[in-house]
Amino acid sequence: MKYTEEHEWLRVDGDIVVVGITEHAATQLGDIVFVELPDTGTEVEKDGEAVVIESVKAASDILAPLTGEIVEVNEALADNPALANEDPTGKGWFFKIKAADLSPMDGYMDEAAYKAMID
Amino acid sequence: MSELKHTPLHALHLELGAKMVPFAGYEMPVQYPLGVMKEHQQTRTKAGLFDVSHMGQIRIDGADYETIALGLEALIPVDILGLPENRQRYGFFTNEAGGIEDDLMLANRGDHVFLVVNAACKDADIGRLKSSLTKDLTVTPLPKRALLALQGPSSETVLSTLDSRARGMSFMDVATLTLDGVEAWVSRSGYTGEDGYEISVPAENATQIARLFLDHPDVEPIGLGARDSLRLEAGLCLYGHDITSKTTPVEAALTWAIQKVRRQGGARAGGFPGADIILPQIGNSVPRKRVGLKPEGRAPMREGVEIYASETAESPIGSITSGGFGPTVGHPVAMGYVTSEHAAPDTTVYGDLRGKRLPLTVTKLPFTPANFKR
Repeated sequence: MKYTEEHEWLRVDGDIVVVGITEHAATQLGDIVFVELPDTGTEVEKDGEAVVIESVKAASDILAPLTGEIVEVNEALADNPALANEDPTGKGWFFKIKAADLSPMDGYMDEAAYKAMID
Repeated sequence: MSELKHTPLHALHLELGAKMVPFAGYEMPVQYPLGVMKEHQQTRTKAGLFDVSHMGQIRIDGADYETIALGLEALIPVDILGLPENRQRYGFFTNEAGGIEDDLMLANRGDHVFLVVNAACKDADIGRLKSSLTKDLTVTPLPKRALLALQGPSSETVLSTLDSRARGMSFMDVATLTLDGVEAWVSRSGYTGEDGYEISVPAENATQIARLFLDHPDVEPIGLGARDSLRLEAGLCLYGHDITSKTTPVEAALTWAIQKVRRQGGARAGGFPGADIILPQIGNSVPRKRVGLKPEGRAPMREGVEIYASETAESPIGSITSGGFGPTVGHPVAMGYVTSEHAAPDTTVYGDLRGKRLPLTVTKLPFTPANFKR
């Protein structure tokens, strides 16, 4: 698992990267009431807006960690946004991205570095 | 940035694990470990304890009640003279342009009037009272008093265990109760749409009284986050957002708060700032109205979202002034201003959210029925 400074977790599965938000982010956001997911097939740019999350407090963006195509989104999350609070690293995943170039992954933090950042 | 002020309950908030944020010059709890959604539900189903000590408490004294009431009526367009002893009423300060300078609660305490005003406006309000009231009235700010709100259907049971007289009070009644030996000025009112009480106690007793409430199994501490979603579902205005110095009471759909005696043809018509603008608006059309707005999708629409008459219209007809998710109704809720021709319930208008026009339905307020003990 890799982590971004935007509190996303990234799990590499072959040439696909699964993206979600960390437990820390879910706690900070508070109760999530709405998730706007991209359409499958959307091409996204690294650091471009991919998802909008609304919590009881505010709206926030989830950025695409890589340039590539959204190949799958978690439809369950659209119906039950609370999944992102209840199980952020499991059932609360956001989308899967297929990236031509996985090299930016090397720039993201490992778990130890992420933990150090949030402490 | 000046230093944030603390309420007398600050240490208790930290002990309870609150997340603290700056609000109106104070460091206040936005939520506790329970979280906004559950705190909201807790208040609707059992009881919640709110620290509202940041609000301004002010006492007005004079020769007799009539003198005080008539003095205040020169600033506030409501019937203060006709308010019975130990009853409370909603009101607001107006300006010469007919706008609202602050909204408030005022109570007839026999020999004085007790005012509760918004935290962000209290210094201006005290200044306005001191400079505008006739010199035979005395304005006494009460910064050494805390204010607690106990809200929700269990409130009566909880407060009655400390003073059984709480049970006999009706909505908007005011009484002096004795809570654990402490003299408390109590009104049966609140800002959630639920039954409940607002309780003024000396600052040094605030933690003692708060702990007594929190010891009850039905009571949880509630932060500003849930306070906002509760009042929004209840259709209650937040000063500085839904009502401002540029909105008149008629535009704000608060005409009900101006009793007949202060309107045109009434015995004490007018005589307050902006009366020449506000009173002719009553019963006539105004350019815009505050309305409830229900986003038809799942996406909350918040303050600042512009409203359009159609999906393609070029100029907005209004904007959202408060919005968020309504945990009790289970969908997003909002309020805002629209031009009067779009203000009728069930009218469909469109909010511009991140470049998309999403439908909103003009909805009667409140979103959740009020649960007051009338």
